Amino acid sequence: MRKPFARNLLVSGAIALASFTVGTVAIAAGGTEHPPHRHWHFQGPFGTFDRAAAQRGFQVYQEVCAACHSLSLVAYRNLTELGLTENQVKGLIKDITVTDLNDEGAPVDRPARPSDRFKKPFPNQAAAAAANNGKAPPDLSVIVKAREYGPDYIYGILTGYVPYDKLTPAQIKEFDVKKDDNFNKYFPGHKIAMAPPLSDDKVTYADGTKATLDQEAADVTEFLAWASEPHMEDRKRTGVRVILFLIALAGMMYAVKRMVWADKH
Amino acid sequence: MASSSTTANGHSDPTRRDFLMVATGALGAVGAAAVAWPFINNLNPAADTLALSTIEVNLQPIAVGQAVTVKWRGKPVFIRHRTEAEIKEAEAVPMSQLPDPETDNKRVTDTAKKVRPEWLIMIGVCTHLGCVPLGNKAGDPKGEFGGWFCPCHGSSYDTSGRIRKGPAPKNLVVPDYLFTSDALVRIG
Amino acid sequence: MASSHGTPPVFNNKVVAWIDHRLPIFSYIEKEYHTFPTPRNFNYFWNFGAIATVMLVLMIATGIVLATNYTPHVLMAFDSVERIDRDVPQGWLIRDLHMNGASFFFIAVYIHIFRGMYYGSYKAPRELLWILGVVIFLLMMATAFMGYVLPWGQMSFWGATVITNLFSAIPIVGESIVTWLWGGFAVDNPTLNRFFALHYLLPFIIVGVVALHVVALHVHGSNNPTGIDPKGPQDTVPFHPYYTMKDGFGVMVFLIVYAGFVFFAPDYLGHPDNYIPADPLVTPAHIVPEWYFLPFYAILRAIPDKLGGVLAMFGAIAVLFILPWLDTSRVRSCTFRPIYKWFMMFLVVDVIVLGICGSKPPEGFWVPLSQLATLYYFAHFLVVLPILGKIERPLPLPPSIADSVLKKKAV
Repeated sequence: MRKPFARNLLVSGAIALASFTVGTVAIAAGGTEHPPHRHWHFQGPFGTFDRAAAQRGFQVYQEVCAACHSLSLVAYRNLTELGLTENQVKGLIKDITVTDLNDEGAPVDRPARPSDRFKKPFPNQAAAAAANNGKAPPDLSVIVKAREYGPDYIYGILTGYVPYDKLTPAQIKEFDVKKDDNFNKYFPGHKIAMAPPLSDDKVTYADGTKATLDQEAADVTEFLAWASEPHMEDRKRTGVRVILFLIALAGMMYAVKRMVWADKH
Repeated sequence: MASSSTTANGHSDPTRRDFLMVATGALGAVGAAAVAWPFINNLNPAADTLALSTIEVNLQPIAVGQAVTVKWRGKPVFIRHRTEAEIKEAEAVPMSQLPDPETDNKRVTDTAKKVRPEWLIMIGVCTHLGCVPLGNKAGDPKGEFGGWFCPCHGSSYDTSGRIRKGPAPKNLVVPDYLFTSDALVRIG
Repeated sequence: MASSHGTPPVFNNKVVAWIDHRLPIFSYIEKEYHTFPTPRNFNYFWNFGAIATVMLVLMIATGIVLATNYTPHVLMAFDSVERIDRDVPQGWLIRDLHMNGASFFFIAVYIHIFRGMYYGSYKAPRELLWILGVVIFLLMMATAFMGYVLPWGQMSFWGATVITNLFSAIPIVGESIVTWLWGGFAVDNPTLNRFFALHYLLPFIIVGVVALHVVALHVHGSNNPTGIDPKGPQDTVPFHPYYTMKDGFGVMVFLIVYAGFVFFAPDYLGHPDNYIPADPLVTPAHIVPEWYFLPFYAILRAIPDKLGGVLAMFGAIAVLFILPWLDTSRVRSCTFRPIYKWFMMFLVVDVIVLGICGSKPPEGFWVPLSQLATLYYFAHFLVVLPILGKIERPLPLPPSIADSVLKKKAV
């Protein structure tokens, strides 16, 4: 019994592996140039968020992205999960006012509370579209999960701009690029409405990290990856425990099964 | 099931076999319990619900003798600006007359031990079966003890919100609150 | 049912005996899941019925808990799912279990169906057992489809639009049926509401049909890898502990793979576009159904005619209903069918090819490939199966199950 079983397991494993490879290659084959793979701190079965990078990324979001992009699923209180204290969060939001209704039903501005979701730059989709040449900037709450290649794509977009004078004539012709268009290597169709948002020294980091374009893009991607799935570390931690437990239980079940069948083989 | 050990084979050592069976069963039971927990825990209040579990109320607009009702954690909270007479009346009641003895002083103390007898803050839910007692609005019946009266089963509360008559077993519950300034109170 | 096997059990526990005298649930369990004589030669393919049952229970349990936090409204559905992920205690775990559970339920059922086809489990006297199985499969597809709509992402919305529009292919009444399905003039709030109601209801109907499936199974007992009937006690073992323990082990191994996806790649089997809230004005560039529908989706697109494509797709499932009568062979198991065995393997490859075609944009060589694969799919059932059964010479069958087991041991 033992040998054929081991062989079967091997064969099914090989089939599973082969179908994965086929699947991955199949995905890679379609679409525009795909962004280069970068190593992220949160990748792999034991990967965690780099808290310092994510905090810097929050600063980039707050000072740059937040002017146009909402982050409507994240609340200020969630920032404590990035290692900020409750008082630091209160300090961060002390100048933010949000619109609410008072007891008489009239709209009033009140100071933001930690339980509030991130303030949106525009009151609604239509207003956001109207202020941005007809297309509302997407909400960034789950952006890393909502794009193929996830973090690599976000980082690719932020660093993938090519100025007009660096484009080849062939590219200009093929994609019909005008002087005012923003050309991005990794955006499907290449012409992206968003002007290059980041540049060297766009922000000044409190921890002394040099704010290069690369650094800012990587940091804000780390932050957005966290925003997309704040419970990721919990998920992986639980997963390690669950799988170790299941392997132990499967091993014992196998021993029991063999014992029960001992006289039938 | 009913007699599993009798049907199993007799080849291997019964002690070893029983041990393996019991150990596997025990591990399986641990697993089942661990699986049950997330299903139960799922129904607990979520993080956003917990984050909303404190409110701040401005006391300035409430005149002496008036009361307001605010919603906190989905329930009415009575805030009464008591008159001198009401405070005196509440303080004068002997403990022996109370089904649930409690001094008035204790019921008007905030979490920082600050006593402000003019402000009575209570959860407006009758301790009998959960109705909202009358008496918070002008014109409501206040019951024979000048406080609140529950229309469902006739419980009467005094000017300190203590049960005096009727089926309710306990005084109206005083939530945790803190006067953050003269005019502001944070409940929860 | 199954009054033939064994003497009625005697219960020592007084309470058990009292209840059993009035409501014989303990006798039933004893008879059907303990002493029940089961062929002794099952291979690991016979685990997948138990595995599918475990997945069904898991899907219902996680689904009920998810429903306590989900809001079926177009303005709130997406955010309520994200709230389950973010704010509800361990909500992410329940959601990832449910989301990947659908895929793994289908994996188990597809393997279960393959096993039934390879070993001829659908043949007399198990035709109704097989048909009930196909009914379960159809109900699962309907349930999974409506469940995928609930998060109200882009794929939810456009999947719902495309699939409901299939019914518009019906002549004359098609348009009215689609409007009726939608409860409006497009997929919108009424659609989401009714899909939620039905997504909650259908699993319980599946449970009912599964019960009938098991009742039908226990009339003549399980088939086995040789396809020959047990001839006496030397050919069988009691279900418990032999197969309870073996199933238990199989379930654990399956759960390890499942847990691997749930905890380390929860979104691998999904599509990133479904994390974009539904927008009725913008269709995603490349819409695909969930992987378990891809072969049928490929058949739909292979026929360059609206009604024809829809008929082919439903026909691909309908043909399974008459499978027991298409197979003319006198042996059940492919083990003893030297030629059909390879056609059966080829059908598996064909369905995988269809699946890959279904995931590709309908252009280039994918179109003729999916047409060829569709052609084989139908030819397999409607041509190969009836004709081959008449002309193929099966290998000699072993005299009994016990003989085949002993022979294998000697080799």
